Amino acid sequence: MTETNSEPRPAPRFLSAGDAALVVEFGNAVDPAINHRVMRLGEAARAADLPGLVDLVPTLRSLMVHYDPTVTSRRAVEERLRDLMSDTGGAPVVGRLWEFPTLYGEEMGPDLEDVAKRTGLTPERVVELHAGTEYEAYMMGFMPGLAYLGIIPPELELPRRSEPRVRVPAGSVAIATNLTNVYSLESPGGWHLLGRTPVALFDLHRDPPVLLQAGDRVRFVPVGRDAYEELRDRMEACDTAFAPVQAEDRA
Amino acid sequence: MSGLRIVSAGFAPTLQDHGRPHVQHLGVPPAGALDPVALRIANALVGNPADAAAIELRVMGPTFEVEAASARVALVGTGAPVEIMGDRKVEAPSHQSILLSRGRRFRVGSLSDTGVAYLAVQGGFEIEPVYGSLSTYTRAKIGGLEGRALRDGDLLPLRQAKADERAELRCTDRSWWREGGPVRVVLGPQDDYFTADSTAAFFASEYNVTREADRMGMRLDGPVLAHAKGHDIVSDGIATGAIQVPGNGRPIILLADHQTTGGYPKLGTVISADVPRLGRLRPGDTLHFARVEVEEAEAARRTLEERVDRVVERFGPAEPWLDEDALYRRNLVSGFVEPG
Repeated sequence: MTETNSEPRPAPRFLSAGDAALVVEFGNAVDPAINHRVMRLGEAARAADLPGLVDLVPTLRSLMVHYDPTVTSRRAVEERLRDLMSDTGGAPVVGRLWEFPTLYGEEMGPDLEDVAKRTGLTPERVVELHAGTEYEAYMMGFMPGLAYLGIIPPELELPRRSEPRVRVPAGSVAIATNLTNVYSLESPGGWHLLGRTPVALFDLHRDPPVLLQAGDRVRFVPVGRDAYEELRDRMEACDTAFAPVQAEDRA
Repeated sequence: MSGLRIVSAGFAPTLQDHGRPHVQHLGVPPAGALDPVALRIANALVGNPADAAAIELRVMGPTFEVEAASARVALVGTGAPVEIMGDRKVEAPSHQSILLSRGRRFRVGSLSDTGVAYLAVQGGFEIEPVYGSLSTYTRAKIGGLEGRALRDGDLLPLRQAKADERAELRCTDRSWWREGGPVRVVLGPQDDYFTADSTAAFFASEYNVTREADRMGMRLDGPVLAHAKGHDIVSDGIATGAIQVPGNGRPIILLADHQTTGGYPKLGTVISADVPRLGRLRPGDTLHFARVEVEEAEAARRTLEERVDRVVERFGPAEPWLDEDALYRRNLVSGFVEPG
């Protein structure tokens, strides 16, 4: 998705989050164009190697900058970020592309039939739409390794389940509103479960444990049960390093 | 293997250091000590780097046994003593280093004066870090021993099989721990989501720490806060100390185990100099808040750092704490406390 320069861009707001973090807020909506501005500033700030920088946490619409107040100050961080924002040069980084083999439906995707009913589509069409789109990781959050991916085809948009599940298995591929995700750990959850991938998005036995980061791109590839089980067994035996199909492009 | 045996765990102790604040962009909560000041002083007493991991104790402390030639420990953040078991039970005061020899059992009883205290061991623990930290984050089973709180029978592997030979130290200045006054708050990031009356009431009122208080956050009881424009925001980042107000209007202060992002408006953020005080609070404690600007918060943090530096510089010799006759009769050479 590209930004159109003709759109008016509201000036980002610098919001206080105590004396060890600040928020640069670019907007208040789930909008790829806003997220791209967030990612762009995050990338520039990382490259600039700000003194005292602790972490940069992009979200759908804002960048949280964590810093060490014993090394730097709010004023210094804000000034530097404003300088970086006025630099418009450089193409955006294109993140790694991942393909996640996914077994849709049945016990792996217990909400597939329900999603089909509620959207007026066949289950096959739901899978086709969900797997036919390349998603971007707009932000990480909720739990270690969980990426908020979007935007899903509008035909699939549904509010969250009215009754969240107490336990959603790790690897569950789910949708809600205009986003999709993969549960990185077993947890409670209110999204609609379409399928499951054997790829571990969080694995303490791997270095680093978290697979995805904001800016990455993800495609879901429908597979049958045999392929799912074979990859699952290989992943569990740790004899396969799961790699992206395309590396990051910083051109 | 040299280690510290957890004979009985007490109330869910965890290993904590300075946490993982640098991987919040991967959705990993920072975790780390709820009271980093007490952690630093405990580490300094036993000669560890400031960011070494110690055992964070809450509510009721464990019983330990030394399974190393010797171990030097220090308990900081509570007035409760270290009870050393043997022929005769003796009590060593907290806030000083204590040298214990192989087989010695010791325990920390109930923590009636704080939410959190630390037991540091010289040399620290021989455990593989996760993202550079030993801090335990139990919800994702990260850090510590198998990502969980310590249990009866666990053996915490020690990096040092024998304590260094040196004199014992005592932290004589305890004023840092008795810090009173209002908890200082910088407004934002979503103060504009609250009515002016609510914000005024928040700073004018007393709040109580409820029983819903853990390493992730503490829910407060006091005046309910009214949202001016709804209680859902598009998720944004969370800083430690953020005062989050969900739909019911009851504020929650988010602590070390907070999620990295969230979708509730945050009225303000407790300043970094006062975050350690939050960890010391217990259910039923009262607190009130004062509004400060970021520059005041930065000055307060510098003051705190300088103060803790002074506390450490002014460590004095440890007070005698034992039946020394018995001690010298048993072991004149090393001065170690042999098991009774």
